[in-house]
Amino acid sequence: MATTLYEKLWQQHLVEEKAGETPLLYVDRHLIHEVTSPQAFANLKFHNRPVRHPERTIATMDHNISTRSIEIDAAGEGAANQLRTLEKNCKEFGIELFGMGHKNQGIVHVMGPELGLTLPGTIIVCGDSHTATHGAFGALAFGIGTSEVEHVFATQTLRQTKAKTMKIEVNGSVGEGISAKDIILAIIGKTGSAGATGYVVEYCGSAIEALTMEERMTVCNMSIEFGAKAGLIAPDQTTFDYLEGKEYAPKGDIWQQAVNDWSALKTDEGAQFDTVLTLKAEDIKAQITWGTTPGQVTAVNGVVPSPEDFTDPVEKDSCTAALAYMDLKAGTKITDISINKVFIGSCTNSRIEDLRAAASTVKRFTANGEKVSATVDAIVVPGSYRVKEQAEAEGLSQIFIDAGFEWRLPGCSMCLGMNDDVLEEGDRCASTSNRNFEGRQGRGSRTHLVSPELAAASAIAGHFVDLNA
Amino acid sequence: MEKFIKHEGLVVPLDASNVDTDQIIPKQFLQKTERVGFGKHLFHDWRYLDASGNESDPEFILNAPQYQGASILLTRENFGCGSSREHAPWALEEYGFKVIIAPSFADIFYGNCINIGLLPIKLTENEINELFADTDQSQLNLTIDLANNKITGNNKSYTFTLDKFHKYCLEEGIDSVGWTLNKLDTIKAFEEKMPRWQ
Repeated sequence: MATTLYEKLWQQHLVEEKAGETPLLYVDRHLIHEVTSPQAFANLKFHNRPVRHPERTIATMDHNISTRSIEIDAAGEGAANQLRTLEKNCKEFGIELFGMGHKNQGIVHVMGPELGLTLPGTIIVCGDSHTATHGAFGALAFGIGTSEVEHVFATQTLRQTKAKTMKIEVNGSVGEGISAKDIILAIIGKTGSAGATGYVVEYCGSAIEALTMEERMTVCNMSIEFGAKAGLIAPDQTTFDYLEGKEYAPKGDIWQQAVNDWSALKTDEGAQFDTVLTLKAEDIKAQITWGTTPGQVTAVNGVVPSPEDFTDPVEKDSCTAALAYMDLKAGTKITDISINKVFIGSCTNSRIEDLRAAASTVKRFTANGEKVSATVDAIVVPGSYRVKEQAEAEGLSQIFIDAGFEWRLPGCSMCLGMNDDVLEEGDRCASTSNRNFEGRQGRGSRTHLVSPELAAASAIAGHFVDLNA
Repeated sequence: MEKFIKHEGLVVPLDASNVDTDQIIPKQFLQKTERVGFGKHLFHDWRYLDASGNESDPEFILNAPQYQGASILLTRENFGCGSSREHAPWALEEYGFKVIIAPSFADIFYGNCINIGLLPIKLTENEINELFADTDQSQLNLTIDLANNKITGNNKSYTFTLDKFHKYCLEEGIDSVGWTLNKLDTIKAFEEKMPRWQ
């Protein structure tokens, strides 16, 4: 029978399926960080249980940390306590930790792929909803809660109910200046914020195949923002070329066997999906969110919508509430909206290609000596130490600094604002992150999700910019 | 985990869709290493007028005098979307909720609720609308009978579905880690057959 990629990954990891019990799946790789692991470790200790495979778990510090200093105490008392707890737990249970100042430290979903810890054909979990990022490699990757973190620690397995399958096919070629962020925001705009709840999504089509690995990660990263359990892209030569030689990737004849196995990881011709969505890449324009869910998104050359534009009563009410929170008037041209903060970073858009794209836009918009607008504070936060070093070696950091951006240390930073990188009440931010929920980046603050290019250009202009105008 | 058999309680209607886990428990309260202390910060930015949480917002439904002591949360679609933080169900549970009724839930949130013994119940849009209308009239008390998948109250009754194993875990208060640890031999046999790269 013709099967989907999801079905193949499911079958290859099915440890036990018994009547009356939720199926048990094997977990190959467990990524952890300071915020969602302490209570799981505490419960293990309470029951006197070991971590079954400490070598399959990797820890990093990212959510809480300061982006101004590598000192643990620079993050504040509560954060420092969590970070030290992580250090202690990793030591006690024999788990490798990329702590502050470590060359491998970074945002968990940037660090994993760049080290080759993320492999096709594996199940990867983490106590973080953006774990879907790793699906870019053809891994079944999803976020879990702390009780599940504990379950993985103790058993190296998880109980999962089977998801429905959705195929999202993007065919053709995107226009000039259209990024992976625009593709995924356009998809979410079509499905709505809960359009894939209960589904695992597979992205395919020529526009997806043409993406680099980092672009694929941006697409899969935001799968959760329309409710999907996971996002998948079938591994191909682009995937293998990216992984070959990476520190933790298999080597020698094991690599050969792996590539051989991974090459079979694709949806068979004629396999059935529960839902299919098709987009034409040519139709995708530069995107920006105007509301308080990622599905409230429009083209940057458009206007702020009106509640009257929606027929569904829930969407209508949500629009009214979002416009009030965002302090926007229906019909306002997007490019007339002024901003006072810019954040370039997060597990969605903080990799080297994102920084190259942003830096090149900065160069274009500062050709006559322009700087970041006097009314804007802008920060650039690389996703990991490796990204930071690479960006510095390529001179990207200097481009940002010369234009008036702050160049920070790697971490999750203002995406969720657990550290001191928070917006003030009433701030309006162009952000390359993934969530524009009320208060996400700071109580009473307003977030517009955009691509790195658009964030960079808007920082200089002080308002949103149509890069294709 | 405590066993869930039957629950009778007061319903509080939270008429909002796409309530995300950042709203349920904002990030500034996630810096704990224990599992307690989240209930007082539940819906913090909606519940309090000030950032430090000293001044209750009288407009927010959970603060209304008639809903004090509510243990059943009635809400709209896609409840619990966004971040995977289990702190969200912890906060709901510590506040005093035993049951959440909505037309749909985000997947990770739903699983997190089951894992801590907080019962998420899905009803149809029409049933949810009917319940909201009932809470408009007067205080609504409901009885949730897990054994029979039945909700009763206000002379009406509704049935709901729940995954068999989820139901078993809730009814028996199963330690799911302990349950799986009984299957170590099966897991080990699986590991022996895995390819070398895996």
